[in-house]
Amino acid sequence: MGTPSGLWSIAKKCFTVGLITLTVSDRFASIVPVRGASMSPTFNPKTNTLLGSLSDDYVLVEKFCLIKYKFSHGDVIVFCSPYDHKEKHVKRIVGLPGDWVGTHYDVVKIPEGHCWVEGDNSASSIDSRSFGPVPLGLVNGRATQILWPPHRVGSIDRKVAQNRVSSS
Amino acid sequence: MRQWRSIAKEAVARASIVVKFLCFLHVTDSYLLSFSHVLGPSMLPTLNITGDVVLVEHLSHRTGKVGSGDLVLVRSPLDPRKTLTKRIVAMEDDKVTFSLDPTRNYSSRSLVVPKGHVWIQGDNLYASRDSRHFGPVPYGLIQGKVFLRVSCAILIAFGFVGKIDLRYLYLLELVIEETC
Repeated sequence: MGTPSGLWSIAKKCFTVGLITLTVSDRFASIVPVRGASMSPTFNPKTNTLLGSLSDDYVLVEKFCLIKYKFSHGDVIVFCSPYDHKEKHVKRIVGLPGDWVGTHYDVVKIPEGHCWVEGDNSASSIDSRSFGPVPLGLVNGRATQILWPPHRVGSIDRKVAQNRVSSS
Repeated sequence: MRQWRSIAKEAVARASIVVKFLCFLHVTDSYLLSFSHVLGPSMLPTLNITGDVVLVEHLSHRTGKVGSGDLVLVRSPLDPRKTLTKRIVAMEDDKVTFSLDPTRNYSSRSLVVPKGHVWIQGDNLYASRDSRHFGPVPYGLIQGKVFLRVSCAILIAFGFVGKIDLRYLYLLELVIEETC
């Protein structure tokens, strides 16, 4: 017909595609860019300040783990920062509820419903050593695959630190 | 051949309508309004011990408009699969004075709520496990704000008066059960 109904059908299609994308990214999986060097060399092994966001890694974050909240040691998770709910961090789970984790100064027992996260690059990572155990309810998903850059596409391995954590 | 093709086309069309409707339900449930069945003694006398159906909106906490005095749905910091209904007593940078045991008035403590956290308490201080036991709760755990209590009589009346299909009521019940 004329342009108004054409625009309306385009708007309807955009709305439907938006709804489906939102549902899929909330319930199944989403693609998330990783910024910063706190997870080197797993993500962003070379941070180039000139290129910056062009060389960011993109990872696939799956949401099926949020049904039962069952995580394993060494999983890489995306979670909301306890200090600012709008920021999201990507770190690795080092301790699960009931574990004793050794930091520089003392040994911490992780309470029920919380986990201990640390970045792979201990030197430049703000993680549970600064803000303590993170409630599992803040977790947004688990990163399973690297999707970009092409030469590092592959699944993300679980790395378990044997000497610092003792499970009960 | 032609029959199979037309049957397949119709099946895909019907399936896509169902998929679109489910996506619409999910988005409304997570980002707009949802029903929730809350029970327990920790919010007496505001909410019933045997259970209440409440209407929860999910917009305020995303825009930061949740403040002290609001009834909120919060994911439990002790078990992420459970959702608690409590009242926000203090926001970040507020000072909170509380006593762990309300039957003995002399034991009270004060602290300042850290940045990005809230202090939640049940209205029934004698039978509530809340921030007095597990500490301040990160703002990111808030799921929604309770703003309306729905009585079952209203739900049934709405169904008859508005001539809503029984299937819609069944779906409503599914939504209620999912958020339990």
